[in-house]
Amino acid sequence: MQRIGVFVCWCGSNIAGTVDVQAVSDALGKEPGVVFSTNYQYMCSQAGQDMIKQAIKEHNLTGIVICSCSPRMHEATFRKTAAAAGINPYMVEIANIREQCSWIHKDMKEGTEKAIVLGRTAIAKVHLNTPLVPGESPVTKRALVIGGGIAGIQTALDIADAGFYVDIVEKKPTIGGKMAQLDKTFPTLDCAACILTPKMVDVAQHERIRIFSYSEVEHVSGFVGNFDVTIKKKARYVKEDVCTGCGLCTEKCPQKKVPNEFNLGMDNRRAIYIPFAQAVPKVATIDADYCTMLKTGKCGVCSKVCTAKAIDYTQKDEFIEEKYGAIVAATGFNPISMDKFDEFAYSQSKDVITSLEFERLMNAAGPTAGKLVRPSDGVHPHKIVFVQCVGSRCAACAEKGKEYCSKICCMYTAKHAMLTRDKYPDTDVTVFYIDVRTPGKQFDEFYRRAVEEYGVHYIKGMVGKVSPEGNKLIVQGSDLIANKQLKIEADLVVLAAAIEPDKSARPLATMLTASMDTNDFFTEAHPKLRPVESPTAGIFLSGACQGPKDIPETVSQAGAAAAKVIGLLSKDKLTGNPCVAHSDEMMCNGCSTCEKVCPYGAITYQDKEFRGPNRTTLIRRVAQVNEAVCQGCGCCTVACPSGAMDLKGFASKQIMAEVDAICK
Amino acid sequence: MKVSYFPGCTLKTKAKDLDVYARKCAEFLGVTLEEIENWQCCGGVFTTSRDEIATKLSSVRALKEAKSKNQPLVSVCSACHNVIKQTNAAIKDDAEFASRVNNYNAPEDAYNGETQVLHYLELLRDVIGFDKIKEKVVNPLTGRKIAAYYGCLLLRPGKVMAMDDVENPTIMEDFIRALGAEPVIYSYRNECCGGYITLESKELAKAKSEKVTSNAKDKGAEAIVTACPLCKYNLQKNGGDMPIVYITELLAEALGIKE
Repeated sequence: MQRIGVFVCWCGSNIAGTVDVQAVSDALGKEPGVVFSTNYQYMCSQAGQDMIKQAIKEHNLTGIVICSCSPRMHEATFRKTAAAAGINPYMVEIANIREQCSWIHKDMKEGTEKAIVLGRTAIAKVHLNTPLVPGESPVTKRALVIGGGIAGIQTALDIADAGFYVDIVEKKPTIGGKMAQLDKTFPTLDCAACILTPKMVDVAQHERIRIFSYSEVEHVSGFVGNFDVTIKKKARYVKEDVCTGCGLCTEKCPQKKVPNEFNLGMDNRRAIYIPFAQAVPKVATIDADYCTMLKTGKCGVCSKVCTAKAIDYTQKDEFIEEKYGAIVAATGFNPISMDKFDEFAYSQSKDVITSLEFERLMNAAGPTAGKLVRPSDGVHPHKIVFVQCVGSRCAACAEKGKEYCSKICCMYTAKHAMLTRDKYPDTDVTVFYIDVRTPGKQFDEFYRRAVEEYGVHYIKGMVGKVSPEGNKLIVQGSDLIANKQLKIEADLVVLAAAIEPDKSARPLATMLTASMDTNDFFTEAHPKLRPVESPTAGIFLSGACQGPKDIPETVSQAGAAAAKVIGLLSKDKLTGNPCVAHSDEMMCNGCSTCEKVCPYGAITYQDKEFRGPNRTTLIRRVAQVNEAVCQGCGCCTVACPSGAMDLKGFASKQIMAEVDAICK
Repeated sequence: MKVSYFPGCTLKTKAKDLDVYARKCAEFLGVTLEEIENWQCCGGVFTTSRDEIATKLSSVRALKEAKSKNQPLVSVCSACHNVIKQTNAAIKDDAEFASRVNNYNAPEDAYNGETQVLHYLELLRDVIGFDKIKEKVVNPLTGRKIAAYYGCLLLRPGKVMAMDDVENPTIMEDFIRALGAEPVIYSYRNECCGGYITLESKELAKAKSEKVTSNAKDKGAEAIVTACPLCKYNLQKNGGDMPIVYITELLAEALGIKE
């Protein structure tokens, strides 16, 4: 028989306002097994905790029931208190009489009755609690960062600077991500390349960072502190360690008609290419889809001109296996396709472009060397219309757009409008907006400057149609403030396309068993208090893969993710959660049901020897739970048809005792 | 193969070409259009007002008859198709609406949206197949630049009609290509022709229709093809000298069965 102590908290007036705490502690004091019952103003305070410790010693308590707030709040606090007084922390149970009782009821009598029932329920459970001891596992002191954009770069640098080894896996031939494609950055207008490329070089030169470019994560297994990852290094048909990045091959390659993805297809590159001048690693890559040599076996020009002898047409995909303690997802974003938004005539006219294409047109290293001209005829545009929220905040058209706000478009559109007016004062600029959202340091000032100093026309309203007629684009839109329909003859229309997570994020999340929301953004463990961690232990989130973000926000989040990784890697051993599943081998019939429902891959099957009747030996297939991987979700305990699976700390017996206590 | 067919009033009067060639071409391609017995006017687009029951009964009766024969229900007129498909979707998704309609009609023989509703173009694309049509073409319309005109009713609301992308459709362009002609893409192909506004304001109707035809002409079209009698009426009356033909006429011409 347990000797149970009950501690009822007032939580100031939070609980005591609707629950008669004295009545609760009196009633619970009469329950079987309860040898001590009291109430106090703030049980979580130092004085309250001391009261618990003293009671444990004086009354020789073996189990504790705290009637207070949600266990999410203070379960850990009270477990520590119990441990300090010498009893197993898992002998503590919380009855939530605040969030689930006092806060939602108004009537004192009802509230008090319910609080007593909740307390009695916890007592019933404690009677069946057993001391639990968490297991320990070692930590591999190496982190994996998936994605080499500004988010991945910053996270990797911060982790490596703290003294840990980091590998970056980037699917493209170079790191740099979207930021490398940008021209200027808001709100200070410094050039993206000038602030990004030094960081890319830092990554390349860092002794504790390895870059796997043109590579993808192929397989992930294991658990926090002990991930086993297979990385596929795609064949680039160029020996990375030999290539000097001289670029001669990229000038001589006869295949000139490959759409240049770095410039969003606005110009062409060769079949062997270096994405851009500051690429890291600065080595050439052969695009197998276009290379004549790889397709027909006839050509070999690049190999002939390469003085370093770096070309290797026989190169194969390579698979690298490595162990990691922590994994950071930094897979970034892409603008959505404009295919389904043809009311803006994106597919009908070359002069309707997206904002990212506009970045390339303004960029000195872009397809026009920074000269703003119409893609169709190379003529300088005198009238530009920007359309914001194309596909964003699109609740009514969720099948083609996104319901959320893409967050960065208001600011980059203001930037584009301002830069245009600054460089080409003869160009008239109009921006259509639903709302202008500028919460950020120096952001609203920036937008006001575009309006007031640079004379950009901001019109509240949406564009309904863009019609290419002659060499003009007829923009039809509504001005909601003037209550007028507008028709504007524009030379260039720029669409602020909504952004969405990179397509690689969904399969990656499956590999990592990390959860995602309906928009395929990674879900954080807590939206406010744990924003850079995935609910899956050991998986961290950096940058726009968690939600739309601008550069300042991405960099801060990247640093935060790094801090969490450093915190994890600095431990030698990890203490697990002892409330995990375990299988009663005598009852297990080897049906594999639990293995199929386990979302974490924690259950495996083993053939084991058992003693049979008459001194015979039986081989039976039984379930095994990897306690370090198990998250204690309980799926297997419900699915198990033979009742062999049970959850420590939440045994079926305990849950039934609780239900009985409520129904008594 | 046999399918149920709802022609609609206009196809029996002003738009006979749409009806006659729809049947002929389908027959030629191996599909018999079986006209629903005693069909009634779909009510025009006015019936799509949500709270009205009586005006939807025509659609429901037609759908029910098709269900009794276990056939899909095909229509050609954009407006009829729109009304029938929207009514079918409302019955399927809105239990209260379904029970009101069924109580009015025949509660013992309830209809709950089981019939598949197809537009004639969907019949050509999904049942017969544009590839098959291409094989049967004897008079390929080679070199002809034809602009598809969708209007507003054929594709919208996109979720319910589920025929094609509302803003960037391809079904009619693919159809034109199958007949050997060259489709002309122009931005007003899915704008409104003016519809019934012609009864109230000739000027506005003219402005709307002219915009469509001039935009198509601007992009090099020599003819516009449509599935909707009202669109044809408006474009022809107000849109200048651009020839406007029905999809079925064009199909019959290519198949060599036009009289």
